[in-house]
Amino acid sequence: MVDRLATSPTATLAVGVRAPTADIYAPQWRNFIFVAPFLFFFTTLLLFPLLWGMWLSFHKADTFSSGNFVGLGNYARLYHDKVFLQSIWNTFYFALLTVPTLALIGLFLALCLNRRTRTAAVLRTLFFSSSVLSVTIVTLIWRIVFIPNVGLLSTIYGWFGATAPAFISDPSLAMIGIAIATIWWCIGLPMMLFLSALQQIPQDIYEAAALDNANRWQTLRSITLPSIKRTFILVIIIQIVLQFQLFGQAWLMTRGGPNNLTKPIVLYIYDTAFRRWDLGLGAAASEILFILILVAAMAQYLVTRSRGDQA
Amino acid sequence: MTADIEIRNVSKQFGAMTVLDHLSLSIRAREFIVFLGPSGCGKSTLLRMIAGLEAVDSGEIAINNERIDHLPPGKRGIAMVFQSYALYPHMTVRDNMAFGLANIGVPGKVIEARINEAARILEMPHLLDRKPGQLSGGQRQRVAIGRAIVKEPKAFLFDEPLSNLDAALRTRTRIELAQLHQRLQSTMIFVTHDQVEAMTLADRIVVMNNRKIDQIGTPMEIYERPATKFVAGFVGAPAMNFVDATLDRSGKNATARFADGISVQTEIASSQLTDDNYTFGIRSEDVRIVAAGQGNADGVVDVLERLGERTLIYARLGDGQQIVGSDAGNSRVAVGDRIGLAFDGQKSHLFNETGRAWHAREA
Repeated sequence: MVDRLATSPTATLAVGVRAPTADIYAPQWRNFIFVAPFLFFFTTLLLFPLLWGMWLSFHKADTFSSGNFVGLGNYARLYHDKVFLQSIWNTFYFALLTVPTLALIGLFLALCLNRRTRTAAVLRTLFFSSSVLSVTIVTLIWRIVFIPNVGLLSTIYGWFGATAPAFISDPSLAMIGIAIATIWWCIGLPMMLFLSALQQIPQDIYEAAALDNANRWQTLRSITLPSIKRTFILVIIIQIVLQFQLFGQAWLMTRGGPNNLTKPIVLYIYDTAFRRWDLGLGAAASEILFILILVAAMAQYLVTRSRGDQA
Repeated sequence: MTADIEIRNVSKQFGAMTVLDHLSLSIRAREFIVFLGPSGCGKSTLLRMIAGLEAVDSGEIAINNERIDHLPPGKRGIAMVFQSYALYPHMTVRDNMAFGLANIGVPGKVIEARINEAARILEMPHLLDRKPGQLSGGQRQRVAIGRAIVKEPKAFLFDEPLSNLDAALRTRTRIELAQLHQRLQSTMIFVTHDQVEAMTLADRIVVMNNRKIDQIGTPMEIYERPATKFVAGFVGAPAMNFVDATLDRSGKNATARFADGISVQTEIASSQLTDDNYTFGIRSEDVRIVAAGQGNADGVVDVLERLGERTLIYARLGDGQQIVGSDAGNSRVAVGDRIGLAFDGQKSHLFNETGRAWHAREA
């Protein structure tokens, strides 16, 4: 900032010629005041904890001492920790269950509800309304649905004389149960992103397509989907970042069980750092999660930056 | 391929608002028709109804004596060029042009040949592999026209296609469109609010105002014998002069008297006229500038507009009315001069309260 001021052409040219012309774009230190509050909170609440977390991950630390430097020791322990490896797999499995489903159902809902009728407006609100609920409410609702014998699902299955799948206790179904609750909870955002993308497609392109004899399928495939391609990728990446941070649903619905099969990375971190007070190990696991999400976020940055073939 | 288009008694409502009110119109094969009118007069709606993009509430539309108003847009055998061009942004120019043909199963070789032919006509073979985002406004316009040409439609519809171009390009494209019409010998319907486009392109102009057709005629008919006061005022720049007048119908031809005693002998037969109060209308080029006292009226020059080949003179009469007259390009008149205005009775028009027009007998 200072450099630019000193070498600013107006400043040098003006010397000895006439009164310097004020450059309204010249940097001024007092403008810093405007960003200072944000920078303060950014530094204390984000930057500092981030760096401290990295520092912690190289130390053997608990609540009473910040302990000795152990180098990559914590990371080595994670590498040999079956529960941690299981939690990484669980997290990927969960993302695999939820992200494509959220994107596809969100797209489908958006395509269905992208019209100006009152019904569509009501349904849009309904589908979005679950997003405003807290995770506690969401898991409560789905526990009521899934609970054996008296739950909604059991009741419905009971009408047909069948036994409902045990979504909370069956090892092969527990993660699917959490995924179902999560999809129900999170469907609003992808739907809204797709809706806003759909509404930005100019109407006259559809009119041109109608004059070009395109049927509904050709219009969807050749006009609509290519037009929202970037939003589709964006939704995928946002959901990867979000679903990698699974915690509340798993904690409240299954406590990570049965047999750690629904324990995601964040729950592992919580267990390690705040229940077993192994802060160094927890910090190291956090750094691994941080890197996983960072990769996804970088992908998002790269995708949104290349504006390739947009007209 | 070409087609005559018949519009019979067509109406259109948007909710409680009537946009088109029982409109009828015959368009002959190979004709270049321009729908001219101000914003909101329904001209675009009428075009979109022919295209099938708006439903016809009542009445019918036929192409070559076959009713098409119940057909979807793609089955009507017409092509449309949109104001915004409406190119598919993610497709190359070639794919934009091929899309409509591929959808109806035209063989690839035929598509390729038609695209190459259209690209040759429009001088854009080098653009075929680009995407719309990489083209200038004028080039996109060409692609939009090319996309219409390859369909070999029975009729071309243009919805204000020149309004997004700069002035120079608009003039050039206008000439190219006229040449294209001569070359393709196809029926073309062109919607515009620009009277210069209408006058220069049209075989016949359909002047629309307020849900109805005011007049259908050749450009010169519209210009010289406007059917209504609206047409007279809308077509021609500067707009026609209008002055309230009372008529002296005692002679063979009516004499118009203005409020401050000025009178103009028209060549409009008194026998046609039934009332005494009319609006007198005359175009600027039919008001000659003469020395003060030599014309029908005297005025003081308010404003001069030098257009090069002629000079427009805005003169204020004694009663404050402004009249636009026309003088030579090198006119020596200056602002503030007192001048005489000579009205050409042969070129005068009279309009009654409903806007209906009377003109001099045809020479």
